[in-house]
Amino acid sequence: MKRFVVRRVGYALLSLVVLSATIFVFVRLTGDPSVLLVEPGASKADIDAIRADLGLDRPLLVQYAVFVKGLLKADFGRSFYYRTPVLELYLERLPNSLLLAVVAMAFSLAIGIPSGILAAVRVNGGWDRAGKIFALLGLSMPSFWVGLLLILFFSVYLGWLPSSGSGTPWHVLMPAFALGWYFAAAHMRLTRSSMLEVLGSEYIKLARLKGLPEALVIGKHAFKNALIPVLTLAGINLVLMVNVSIVVETVFAWPGVGRLLYEGISFRDFPVVQTTVILSGVMIVAVNLAVDLMYAVIDPRIRYER
Amino acid sequence: MNASRAAVLAFPGRLASFRREGWPMVPITILAVIALLAIFADVIAPHDPQVGLLGERFRPPAWQQGGSAAHLLGTDHVGRDVLSRLIFGARVSMVVGFTAVIFAGVVGTVLGILAGYLGGWVDQVIMRVTDAWLALPALTFAIFLAAIVGPSEMNIVIILGIVYWTRYARVVRGEVLSLKERDYVRLAIVAGCSKRTIMRRHILPNVVNSAIVLATLMLGVVIVTEAALSFLGVGVPPPKPAWGLMLADGKKGLMAGYWWLTVLPGVCIMLMVLSANLLGDWLRVKLDPQLRQL
Repeated sequence: MKRFVVRRVGYALLSLVVLSATIFVFVRLTGDPSVLLVEPGASKADIDAIRADLGLDRPLLVQYAVFVKGLLKADFGRSFYYRTPVLELYLERLPNSLLLAVVAMAFSLAIGIPSGILAAVRVNGGWDRAGKIFALLGLSMPSFWVGLLLILFFSVYLGWLPSSGSGTPWHVLMPAFALGWYFAAAHMRLTRSSMLEVLGSEYIKLARLKGLPEALVIGKHAFKNALIPVLTLAGINLVLMVNVSIVVETVFAWPGVGRLLYEGISFRDFPVVQTTVILSGVMIVAVNLAVDLMYAVIDPRIRYER
Repeated sequence: MNASRAAVLAFPGRLASFRREGWPMVPITILAVIALLAIFADVIAPHDPQVGLLGERFRPPAWQQGGSAAHLLGTDHVGRDVLSRLIFGARVSMVVGFTAVIFAGVVGTVLGILAGYLGGWVDQVIMRVTDAWLALPALTFAIFLAAIVGPSEMNIVIILGIVYWTRYARVVRGEVLSLKERDYVRLAIVAGCSKRTIMRRHILPNVVNSAIVLATLMLGVVIVTEAALSFLGVGVPPPKPAWGLMLADGKKGLMAGYWWLTVLPGVCIMLMVLSANLLGDWLRVKLDPQLRQL
């Protein structure tokens, strides 16, 4: 177990090193990174100060060490636009994104799990086919377009829901649905295949043989076990939702980290863009690590593999 | 298993079974129509997609009150013809989509073969980069790159290539690892073939199927990403007619209820992505049953 943990943590750290190196290299690839890291319209003296700060005359490896040192101290620089440390801005917006992601997750599970079960119980039946069409649509309709259609229908034609902003519980509904829509298809597919696997197992046959009503077999015995992989995926997707919500947050002017990234690109505020990307990578590497470690704790077979 | 797999990969036999079971006509027809629109956009489009008449702003489609036969699908916020922009938008989506998918596919396949066949430190370097890059959400990564290099159609293709080659590399490497142990590869080694020859003559032809299936499935993903980038203002630069850009412009008339500016470009994106996904799913089952888990 100890060896597995050390290995897996080391592997995650290596991923972070590669990620930071990637970002470092791409920023310098275009030539002069001070163009990106200095405010538009800065004076010559300011540019020189930043150059000296970054040590652009020193060898690349030294520059990279300086860059990583900054990251380790959680020093991500200042936003050009807001003139505050980027990390503060990010942490300010994070709760909004989390709220959006949690509601979106609730939507996607509320749609995905029941439809997945129905599809599995009636394999190749009408429900299964409807589910397949739904999954294809989920993958083919970009979430921002779904968002725009929701605004058109519920805000413009019906006037039921506010089209943008935040503040009341009503504001979160449409962006959450637009964001959850895509993930609902993935959750449906996994619920279906997971249910099919469980329904084919011995203990389900036994439950049926001893005469349990079908509703109880599916609802109690099969459902609980089939849920485990779905919930794991949901955990990973929750983190993913925080990091892919940029288009949806932009459509609904929802003040989360995605909107922050959008402001970063529209105001040419490079420190904001860079920080959002780095933190998004860190979060995803961390959640993958957490899931792997949890699985290793639960299932000893994984520990001894490799 | 090896025998059945070899049979699956033998192309001529598969082509015969294509004929027997029929091609999926719906997605192929839709893609063909979009391709024809893209190729003959100059001939088909009734108006210049980039020039508008300010006196003709926000005209609804012809069948609605206030619409005119001159603009069948209405006009946008600066009076440009929506139908013409949709037709020229097909060209942007097709060109960006196909070039990006092929670019990513070639880079990913080559690196995947190198990693899988050579192993050792080459494998380590390529796969560590692949793992790390796959941790970044594609759209976030693309936005980061776009913020560095600035928007242009060419840059978008390069950016999408950089973001998506990792998906191919991972799948191809896995395939190569199992191909490497096959008898015919071992025989080639014994016969004294160089590593280059083996990779090119014996490995490459056997991973092409998987790469093609993946490319078809990636086409939809790439088109959605391009649309999202354009929508956010870091993709295809205006006033070029791209569907994602049209959706961004359409937001200006959304609250006034000008539905055609929001619904129509989205329908085009959806039809194209849906067709690519349907075709990809069908190809996956046909060409490569082992890719079903993708």
